[in-house]
Amino acid sequence: MTRNEAKVLAAVAAGGGTGALTRYALSLWWPTPPGGFPWTTLVVNAAGCAAIGVLMVLVTEVRRQTHPLVRPLLGTGFLGGFTTFSTYAVDIERLVRVGHARTGLAYLALTPVAALAAVWGAAWATRRVAARRTVAGRRA
Amino acid sequence: MNWLLVLVGGMIGAPLRHLTDVAVRKRYGTDFPWGILAVNVAGCLILGVLTGAVMAGAASPHVQLLLGTGLCGALTTYSTFSYETLRLAETGSRFHAAANALGSVVAGLGAAVVGMAAAEALWV
Repeated sequence: MTRNEAKVLAAVAAGGGTGALTRYALSLWWPTPPGGFPWTTLVVNAAGCAAIGVLMVLVTEVRRQTHPLVRPLLGTGFLGGFTTFSTYAVDIERLVRVGHARTGLAYLALTPVAALAAVWGAAWATRRVAARRTVAGRRA
Repeated sequence: MNWLLVLVGGMIGAPLRHLTDVAVRKRYGTDFPWGILAVNVAGCLILGVLTGAVMAGAASPHVQLLLGTGLCGALTTYSTFSYETLRLAETGSRFHAAANALGSVVAGLGAAVVGMAAAEALWV
């Protein structure tokens, strides 16, 4: 492993640990009752998707010279550790198993729709703001 | 203690996802996010087994925090999955975008069901 790869891995680990910790803190602060709709995980996932939409447009399209560790730390690390796919899938299984099939199916469908709408909307809004700034910059 | 377990789990899970993604990209290219799909499905399977084990009393809530909330939570991702789906849709392969979205949800859910069933067979 090169020094650069080690730095990237350390950034991903630091971001992933704090991302998971933030998700855990939110789950304690806003717990889901047994058999209830898992709003906390849905909001965490949708918020993380919106944030990665902003981040990726900024890093790959707007400012091409961002620090090389920004994406591993915030994107792969923090947002990757903050959002979760495994809890989403297992929660559906558990809801269906304990007789809340309707809640499970609603959660099954709503999460990907919210997540994709969040990432698309955030990327679109970031591009618009960036384009306006560029035009304003050219005029000045 | 609980916080530390989640932190340590997350610090292992996220780099594992990154290394898998890099290795899969090297081998299969960057057209389709196979690496993220693989870690998401693997994480669902592991969390399914773990959840079943905790329900059966075969694993402690501490193990659940370290491996479930921390490791599986950070190994799997919804943000990169959504971003990759958007990227596929924007670069013209709408079929691949739909396949990634549907395939991830179906395979992830299937893996969770299989994991829970395996735990039941093992410990109940």
